[in-house]
Amino acid sequence: MTAIVVRDLVKRFGDVAAVDHIDFSVEAGSTTALLGGNGAGKTTTISILLGLLMPTSGSVEILGADMLRDRYRVLAEMNFSSPYVDLPRRLTVFENLNVYGRLYGVADLRRRIGELVSDLDLAAFADRPIGSLSAGQRTRVAMAKALLNRPRLLLLDEPTASLDPDTGDVVRSYLEDYRRQTGVTILLASHNMAEVERLCDSVLMMRQGRIVDRGAPQHLLDRYGRDTMEEVFLDIARDRGAGVGALKSASAS
Amino acid sequence: MNRDWHRSLERALERAGHGATRERFLAWRRIEAILLRHLYVMRRSWPRLLELAYWPTVQMILWGFVTLFYVQHSSWVAQAAGVLVSAVLLWDVLFRANLGVSVSFMEEMWARNLAQLFASPLRPHELVIALALMSLLRTIISVSPAMLLALPLFGVSVFSIGVPLAAFFANLLLFGWSIGLFVSALVLRLGLGAESLAWVSVFALAPLSGVYYPVDVLPAWLQPVAWSLPTSYVFEGMRAVLFEGAVRFDLLATGAALNLAYMAAATGFFLHTCRIARERGLLIQQGE
Repeated sequence: MTAIVVRDLVKRFGDVAAVDHIDFSVEAGSTTALLGGNGAGKTTTISILLGLLMPTSGSVEILGADMLRDRYRVLAEMNFSSPYVDLPRRLTVFENLNVYGRLYGVADLRRRIGELVSDLDLAAFADRPIGSLSAGQRTRVAMAKALLNRPRLLLLDEPTASLDPDTGDVVRSYLEDYRRQTGVTILLASHNMAEVERLCDSVLMMRQGRIVDRGAPQHLLDRYGRDTMEEVFLDIARDRGAGVGALKSASAS
Repeated sequence: MNRDWHRSLERALERAGHGATRERFLAWRRIEAILLRHLYVMRRSWPRLLELAYWPTVQMILWGFVTLFYVQHSSWVAQAAGVLVSAVLLWDVLFRANLGVSVSFMEEMWARNLAQLFASPLRPHELVIALALMSLLRTIISVSPAMLLALPLFGVSVFSIGVPLAAFFANLLLFGWSIGLFVSALVLRLGLGAESLAWVSVFALAPLSGVYYPVDVLPAWLQPVAWSLPTSYVFEGMRAVLFEGAVRFDLLATGAALNLAYMAAATGFFLHTCRIARERGLLIQQGE
């Protein structure tokens, strides 16, 4: 089954095409990375998938529903986290989760909040306002909010951007376990290539609003002749094309 | 005590919403979530609560003393000594109703929280209902102390207006919501630089609404503008009660009809602006 189907999607802001005729699909239960430099169109694409932004043209189907016409059918079954969007800072962690749990119609909300507080280690600051938390703590709370409704589709924009390596690792492990247990589909925008290699089954590479390459991480590493996704990312971001790494390796040997 | 308060609040909201949570087009659970979000902020900050009640009380005291002076020097005011104080209190209903909607909405923008709300199952019309209910609560908290204090301080009971008071209150509340929705839509469209509209818009209407003087005091060319505002009918109606002891149903009905038209237009404008915001990416560009 396919969780996301995007066809010929275009988003223009005046003369600028933030997303320029992209097509892709994401299999249910998979984790897919949306990669690209700043301004590549990742956040715009995720915003369209969330229904926060209407495309200029094209279509988006999520969990079988047309997002442009019928998004309220699926919004309760998806969720997201983004560093560009906050939770109310004067509300405590618990209050925020309580408010959003109600918005998403979470059954047995107190128990669900308890589970997330425990799993994401939020207990020490659950009664503190979000505004008084560190960036890392806020990121974990945002993750808890994103998981509140046990989403079938999770859109994560730079989920570990402001976490220290240890906490980042905890969150990545949690996401891996969560996916194994629930079969959630994850679309992840990230600049952390180690994270992408670890979590993702497939990668979509964006540049200037277009998808310029795609495939499984290992497939891309092989094709670009590189050892790490970071090198592949740089090849694509700098438009060096596939095989440059392989040629360099060959000439060096 | 805080926890008790919290639990009883949750229980009350759950009781009120029982049986309505499964409706798809309009879910009480989502409306109560927005109410809770604002109540959480309000209960934590007693200075905010105090401030809500502060300005109407100060206004009432100021106009109370002005009234005391005029009672001794003006036969017109002496006929109905409470007219100015009542006008001040009713005007504040409009002012607070507007702020109750617009400030609650802007709080989401200040908190960069709009995208969270619009990416959730909350529907825009549910947000409108939640903002209106929040405004009702804020308005009651704001004007109640001033209304009660007016009696011991100046011997003026706004409740002496009787049953029409409820109609005046409802009309002013509705018009305040219309203005608040209109302002919220403009702030969403133009950005937080336009937030002062929340305060400016109501003050701009004050001279035209016949709050402290009859509409016929205005120049002839301005009177049609005044009569296009529901507020003019409310304050003329109030004076009719206080001066003549007459309930002017014609004024009330016209004000209510105008109000329904303004409310429909403001809601339509707000929902349309939400759509524009989704087209132009305004929901993901908000913040302080």
